[in-house]
Amino acid sequence: MTELSKTGAALGEPAPGNAPDAFLAVRDLKVHFPTDDGLVKSVDGLSFEVEKGKTLCIVGESGSGKSVTSLAIMGLHRLGARGKNVQMSGEIWLGGKELVSADPDEVRRLRGREMAMIFQDPLSAMHPYYTIGNQIVEAYRVHHDVNKKTARKRAIEMLDRVGIPEPDKRVDGYPHEFSGGMRQRAMIAMALVNNPELLIADEPTTALDVTVQAQILDLIRDLQKEFGSAVVLITHDLGVVAEIADDVLVMYGGRCVERGSVDDVFERPQHPYTWGLLGSMPRIDRETSERLIPVKGQPPSLINVPSGCAFHPRCPYADIPKGDVTRTVRPELQQVGGGHFSACHLSPEDRTRIWTEEIAPKL
Amino acid sequence: MSETKKTDADVSTAPDEREVLLKVEGLQKHFPIRKGVLQRQVGAVKAVDGIDFEVRKGETLGVVGESGCGKSTMGRVITRLQEPTGGSIHFEGQDITRLKPAGMRPLRRDIQMIFQDPYGSLNPRHTIGGIVSAPFRLQGVEPEGGVKKEVQRLLELVGLSPEHYNRYPHEFSGGQRQRIGIARALALKPKLVVADEPVSALDVSIQAQVVNLMDDLQDELGLTYVIIAHDLSVVRHVSDRIAVMYLGKIVELADRTSLYEAPMHPYTKALMSAVPVPDPKRRGAKSERILLRGDVPSPISPPSGCRFHTRCWKATEVCKTTEPQLIELRPGQRVACHHPENFADQAPQDTVLLSVAKEAASLVADEVLAESAETSAAVAAEVASPETAGVADTEVSEEVSEKPEVKITKTGPGAKTEDQSTHSGARGTARPTPTDPQPTDEPEAPSQESTDS
Repeated sequence: MTELSKTGAALGEPAPGNAPDAFLAVRDLKVHFPTDDGLVKSVDGLSFEVEKGKTLCIVGESGSGKSVTSLAIMGLHRLGARGKNVQMSGEIWLGGKELVSADPDEVRRLRGREMAMIFQDPLSAMHPYYTIGNQIVEAYRVHHDVNKKTARKRAIEMLDRVGIPEPDKRVDGYPHEFSGGMRQRAMIAMALVNNPELLIADEPTTALDVTVQAQILDLIRDLQKEFGSAVVLITHDLGVVAEIADDVLVMYGGRCVERGSVDDVFERPQHPYTWGLLGSMPRIDRETSERLIPVKGQPPSLINVPSGCAFHPRCPYADIPKGDVTRTVRPELQQVGGGHFSACHLSPEDRTRIWTEEIAPKL
Repeated sequence: MSETKKTDADVSTAPDEREVLLKVEGLQKHFPIRKGVLQRQVGAVKAVDGIDFEVRKGETLGVVGESGCGKSTMGRVITRLQEPTGGSIHFEGQDITRLKPAGMRPLRRDIQMIFQDPYGSLNPRHTIGGIVSAPFRLQGVEPEGGVKKEVQRLLELVGLSPEHYNRYPHEFSGGQRQRIGIARALALKPKLVVADEPVSALDVSIQAQVVNLMDDLQDELGLTYVIIAHDLSVVRHVSDRIAVMYLGKIVELADRTSLYEAPMHPYTKALMSAVPVPDPKRRGAKSERILLRGDVPSPISPPSGCRFHTRCWKATEVCKTTEPQLIELRPGQRVACHHPENFADQAPQDTVLLSVAKEAASLVADEVLAESAETSAAVAAEVASPETAGVADTEVSEEVSEKPEVKITKTGPGAKTEDQSTHSGARGTARPTPTDPQPTDEPEAPSQESTDS
């Protein structure tokens, strides 16, 4: 992540309207859905950047807006009837092109070619009526002017690359004939068939067993090395994050609460929510004598995001800053170290003290 | 969970002294596959295919395994939600395997279940009060102070507000619904609670709340849990003993500390090495990882011999032909493997690796292979010369010193009574004299066992 100016307000828009240096840059992205119950602010002012060859992990609970962010980058919110029901603002820059204001046809040309996505549940993401091969061939031929035979050869080559045994036979198989892990591999093959420069993986391993998860993460890592793509991986599993991320973005209530390199976020986390996530995880590498330290309460509703800091109703330290600043003022992202940002009202001294004295020893 | 249970020494000794609450022997559940007009049975999904274990009062038995290994079916069979195909289930000494529904009914209040999906397991048209009071209604129990008061007490117990009595399930979040499910399971003060993936549908922060709640309730009410989960970190956190299942069989059953510190079955080892650790510094240590090839084979026609031999990097000819029995290699650690890790080889004459094993080994880091060969060799050497064992006071020799007295025992239905009484004593504290076969420190434990079996 590049160095950005110090204040949060300027953070999102160092030079609005200008193409940024980073390969993927999201600036002050807002995705709102008007519903009968009110405006759902799924993503409410999110900024981040990813360079080619790097992996950004977006972490957060269900309903924190992480999947909506990924769909927004892919331009999938604006499709069909759903498109009328979404309010999007901000900027998404992909390789020098701005996508939020771009023509849907232009985004369509990029989708699958420049950016591709791996979904959580491959069984529902693939068409049950067509063979795996058919679906990969289609993805390839949409963007390349080749005949079916060449495309099929390419599909077999990709299936082989992602480790599907006997790819020349399996290419004619249907999704239901594949096991969960194989299906996810096939989906990765489909996503990578056009050598996209940006790969978005939305909980790619959540539905899989640990042994298969290890295989898939290894595969994503290898393929990234081979193709040099930028990867945005969405997950709620901090173990996966520690395994694969270069940078981490922690989302809460539609906003980024902490962002930094994987070492920053795991070694020197600055936001009480990140502490809560780390404390909630039973860890296989540590003694089990301690109780887990859960985050109390429930994740917020995105219609009625709490005033001030969205995390304050669940934050054990909300009363430390003077006055009722945590309840009234929304904290902006502040730089807390090189490339490490956090949105919290606690003073840096308090944060360091709480982390080193109270949280870290219990993890 | 109580402080006493947490300390390592107690984990290995305490469960033995406790009374056996549930005893399962040779349990099988096959689902028939029928085809054709006549619906003739052409095969069977062998979801659970002969497992033995026992659950002692007040302990938590964790059951882990990949999807499709039969762990959920096992949970449903031991609660008699599904009929077992074979084997026996004893609850508090009573054979409940073939009890009719009417015979089961009084036992239903002692065995309760918590389900995985908090959305699917609560009737959307009933209020929370109705859902949690259903057990009282069905069992004809009139709690002290009336049903409503008791239900509100239960709601408070699981961390909900008593005012939620008249609300409907859709008004609650996933974590709260799971609490409702727990309140319902606890309504009749059960002795055994079987929880099938109780936290896997919940967010991490909520997951921790529910895990802590289950811990507290166990302390307060003296519950016994069987917790089925696929998340090894969660299972390790909650369990006293852990059973690892693979394709309908238990491949390893051990107390938590032994299992996580010195897993013996290669599958256990692979499974644990695959768990991502939330520590980026460990990424360099990736070489410890054992990647398993391919997927779990089909339970319709499981592989011959050891079911893991198709993916195991240590598989030899004997693994293909002979099914390993679940035997107690170390006190409190039962393993079904011919070539266990961290222990002497059970079939040392058979050294030629199968070709699949060679392929599988290519995915295992050399360090791991070297290390496992080293430990196995060390243990084997110690076994060969047991005199040296009593001298050194290291951990390895201590374990080995027990080896001569722990006779290799089959825990299958056929061969156990005598042997079990021998090593339930041996499972106690390690004794320095390897020749002493009689248990001295726990007189009740063996008799307890033999009366049960």
